[in-house]
Amino acid sequence: MVDVTDKAKKYRDVAYYPGCALEGTGNGYDVSTRAIAKELDLKLTDVKDWNCCGAMEVKNIDPKIQTYLSARVLSQAVNVNKQDVVMAPCNGCYHNLKKAEYDLAHDPKSQEVVANLSSKSGHKNYEAGQAETIHALDWLKATVGEEGLRKRTKGKLAGLKVANYYGCMYVRPRHIFPEKDKGPGSESTSKPHFMDDLLAAAGAENVEFPLKTACCGGAHTLSDSDTSTKLVLNILQAAEASGADVIATECPTCHSGLEMHQVRAEKRFGKKTNVKVMYFTQILGLALGIGPRKLGIHTNISDGMELITEKRLLP
Amino acid sequence: MPIHEKSLIRPENIKTKENLIVEGIDVSGHWSTFIESRAVTDYNEELQEEIGALPGGEFIHRCWQCGSCTNACTVHAIEPRFNPRYWIYLIRMGYESELVRDKDIIWQCVSCNKCTYACPRDVVPEGVMKATAHWLELKGYTEKSPSTIFDEEFSRQIIARGKIEDTEVLHKFLHKTKQPLMQDWLVTIGRNIAMRLPVKWGLKMMWAQVFKPKTKDWAKSRKAIEDYIIEQDAHHRHALKLDAPKSKATAHQPKLHAAE
Ligand code: SF4
Ligand code: SF4
Repeated sequence: MVDVTDKAKKYRDVAYYPGCALEGTGNGYDVSTRAIAKELDLKLTDVKDWNCCGAMEVKNIDPKIQTYLSARVLSQAVNVNKQDVVMAPCNGCYHNLKKAEYDLAHDPKSQEVVANLSSKSGHKNYEAGQAETIHALDWLKATVGEEGLRKRTKGKLAGLKVANYYGCMYVRPRHIFPEKDKGPGSESTSKPHFMDDLLAAAGAENVEFPLKTACCGGAHTLSDSDTSTKLVLNILQAAEASGADVIATECPTCHSGLEMHQVRAEKRFGKKTNVKVMYFTQILGLALGIGPRKLGIHTNISDGMELITEKRLLP
Repeated sequence: MPIHEKSLIRPENIKTKENLIVEGIDVSGHWSTFIESRAVTDYNEELQEEIGALPGGEFIHRCWQCGSCTNACTVHAIEPRFNPRYWIYLIRMGYESELVRDKDIIWQCVSCNKCTYACPRDVVPEGVMKATAHWLELKGYTEKSPSTIFDEEFSRQIIARGKIEDTEVLHKFLHKTKQPLMQDWLVTIGRNIAMRLPVKWGLKMMWAQVFKPKTKDWAKSRKAIEDYIIEQDAHHRHALKLDAPKSKATAHQPKLHAAE
């Protein structure tokens, strides 16, 4: 078991796995994560020649191919980058890498399929335990930490009311996250709080938000849009009812889902909501004095500029 | 929270004769209401094994019918007919015809895994939903669902190139499901972003569409995955006794190794 100070050091230099979403619709998440890393002097080295982790789709064709895709990413990090910590900000990537890790540690059939596909593909096999996968939340919590943020931001987010939304893949299913639910200091799968902790340290006021781990219907954003719109609307309305100015997200699928279906709910169901949606890295970036354009806030669908000016969050 | 799943008597089995005289007594209208009796004779004793042979269905036999999955289910909350516990019951009973009645909603599972989180028996109901949706398509009971069309298009790109490109997924999916690209809400989103985006970004997106993102040295992985899919598909068909391909069923073979 790595103790807290070890992690603080270890996570300062990690392999970075952006994934497809962060190079496409979730670009604001990528830009703001890199901007924070630069500001805090944390080293991110992209996983060399990475591939898609399988997102939420490949498992429905065959779960073991998804395991292989994720295992190849880990293999690249270990054998090409020569690194043993992989940081993935996208919940989908993070979830799939964790799931591959779990399956490769527990399921002989998965080991066999992955070893076989790896050898046919001509790259080294990945074996469970060779690398540790962490989320951007773990990364910031361990490195700059709450104490560091308190010092650096001097409560810059004061007056900003935030609903912290974590979604599904960061917490479920529980068994693929063996480090969670370990009592004080660890993350909780039923009431996650790492994002709340970081934003509170930067001065934000976290509202009581009951739908932290509700589902946005991201898997069916386009294939069953009405279901997604209903689920998203529920989340947006709950956030507004709890008094939030902005919903902080930590997943590109959730983020785009909330933003797209906020528009769709208005167009198709006549339900308008005004709450803004921003990546938690964008909000933390503002707290650290980085400008909104450098954080890709202008690439979000919901226009947060007015709120940023009103809350005096410009550098 | 009580779960009202279904009434024991189906509306279509309640019969009323408009004009009926029995032994000289007029019992027309609701005086003559009776319930048509039905006996189940069409059990598929292998149903549980069939679903269990498809990916995700492996642990269905563990279910002890506590109902925690349905109680926690995201889709159940907005569509009460969506009921994982009940479908697992039908599958374990071999009650195929009854299961098929819900064929058009089973694919709607959003993979939130609330059921998996709640299940005390590690059944992984989310996987069972996917296996069941897959089974319905393989058996020819349903056309490919929009979700399957999306999954296949998405996976096709990953297998071909190692990465996906968002706009291509969107475009191809809307095309394959015969939806217009210019839907009011998509247009509004496009306009909102375009208004604020710097020119550089627009160029970057166009670049991505022409020079699709690719993983270096992917050809061998592509081949290995494609071979694996063909092999697995043969296994699944065998388990469902679809070896002699029926014309209906072949139409559902995944076409992931399409030329690119
Ligand atoms: S929660 Fe698990 S054991 Fe309970 S009914 Fe659902 S699948 Fe069966
Ligand atoms: S994964 Fe599917 S079946 Fe399970 S709770 Fe979510 S929507 Fe319901």
